[in-house]
Amino acid sequence: MIPGSFDYHRPNTIDEAVGLLASHAGDAFILAGGHSLIPMMKLRMATPEHLIDIQDISELTGISVNADHIEIGAAVTQAQLIASADLSTHCPILSETALQIADPQIRNVGTIGGNVANGDPGNDMPAIMQLLDAAFVLRGPDGTRNVSARTFYEAAYFTARDESEILTAIRIPTPPAGHGHSYQKQKRKIGDYATAAAGVIVTMHNGTCTSASIALTNLADTPLWAEAASNALVGTSLDATAIDAAVSAARAITDPASDGRGPKEYRTHLAGIMVKRAIQTAHARAA
Amino acid sequence: MSKTHVKMTVNGKPVEALAEPRTLLIHFLREELNLTGPHIGCDTSHCGACTVDIDGKSVKSCTVFVGQAQDSEIKTIEGIAHPDGTLHAVQEAFRQHHGLQCGFCTPGMITRAYRLLQENPNPSEEEIRHGISGNLCRCTGYQNIVKAIQVAAEELSVKEAAQ
Ligand SMILES: Cc1cc2nc3c(=O)[nH]c(=O)nc-3n(C[C@H](O)[C@H](O)[C@H](O)COP(=O)(O)OP(=O)(O)OC[C@H]3O[C@@H](n4cnc5c(N)ncnc54)[C@H](O)[C@@H]3O)c2cc1C
Ligand code: FES
Ligand code: FES
Repeated sequence: MIPGSFDYHRPNTIDEAVGLLASHAGDAFILAGGHSLIPMMKLRMATPEHLIDIQDISELTGISVNADHIEIGAAVTQAQLIASADLSTHCPILSETALQIADPQIRNVGTIGGNVANGDPGNDMPAIMQLLDAAFVLRGPDGTRNVSARTFYEAAYFTARDESEILTAIRIPTPPAGHGHSYQKQKRKIGDYATAAAGVIVTMHNGTCTSASIALTNLADTPLWAEAASNALVGTSLDATAIDAAVSAARAITDPASDGRGPKEYRTHLAGIMVKRAIQTAHARAA
Repeated sequence: MSKTHVKMTVNGKPVEALAEPRTLLIHFLREELNLTGPHIGCDTSHCGACTVDIDGKSVKSCTVFVGQAQDSEIKTIEGIAHPDGTLHAVQEAFRQHHGLQCGFCTPGMITRAYRLLQENPNPSEEEIRHGISGNLCRCTGYQNIVKAIQVAAEELSVKEAAQ
């Protein structure tokens, strides 16, 4: 499978990349790790005339963590997320999720920016971004704006990003110390996209849940932040009744496709199981 | 759509050529440089038969445009044996312990195993299985591949201790 022809650009700065995107509006795509885009180009489902490779833009590569927020450059790879000691300490759900994406070769090149900008409901990071209430920093010809991950996804492959904008970074409010986390992903084989997956973080105080956030992957044409399910946990001891309430609320917002990963009923059923396991694991890990 | 000037180091040798930007690295290696060790199995980034090292990291070369590898150092299966032609410990262990049957997956499998042992010289069985999870083998059932990598890890650590 040979992709269509294109001109290849390799800018050194964000401004140059934005200039190229703007001057070829609609015909130019950002190329990050290429492990979603190149397969699409081989199938001719994407036929960009210009590719803008961002690997030389050093402004896109940092990870910084402080008590207030975490900032991750769009070109940080999944392998770099896994290797970051700071992230493992302050926001371990990121490395736990990254480790469940694809395989070692793909994680060496696939970036967090590509994973969240892609808009494929099968990508794992978008739900985690919704769970953590991340903001996506977008730079275009008219300047920079932040868009909440919870409003970014419109439909499969449709997002709030304008085609002349580049995602430069992801900003995440640092989760409270002592929070418990879990990302539970059911897949057909190692490296596969989720049949159903759920992420949970919870904070406990004297046996009572003081905050909770739940999000779901590949259970609709966008990632889903399960707000009602999250609220069903707060103020409880995370006992069986509370977990059942959260599971029902989460299942109620899913709308999975019937496809090679299973019929809709099966995937909805699995969604509930993933939510339950993720709550139980997050609870056990919470301080 | 003009051709671009490509420059990289492959198995220690500098390489320069003109190529269409849409050329995939695997095609460049196999067709331009006649390095037919890396194979095309699936062409969809699943099987790992096309695995090469780019700047010391395992990558699936069927999903990399040649321009992305500009100025990088590439290592293919052809660059794994010692310069005098004797096999590398990983290759020798695959040979001794039946780590291959038809051999189709083997170049990618060994190139990946070679890199895995650089990253983690003393992996557990589980770490080996996760480490090669991007490489599919239709023949061996993996048991002897895992065993060969374990033996190679021991060999390499004995050698290192002796140095
Ligand atoms: C076999 C296989 C299995 C996989 N399994 C999983 C899995 O289980 N879970 C999962 O989440 N993913 C999986 N993936 C996808 C993989 O993680 C991709 O690498 C990732 O989705 C995209 O990241 P990338 O850096 O490769 O982006 P690219 O492929 O380069 O880009 C993807 C899209 O995002 C756009 N884009 C990229 N960066 C930016 C930016 N900074 N600003 C604006 N737009 C941008 C591109 O223009 C393109 O449209 C798998 C891929 C393969 C090949
Ligand atoms: S040919 Fe590249 S992964 Fe199969
Ligand atoms: S030996 Fe035949 S595919 Fe692995």
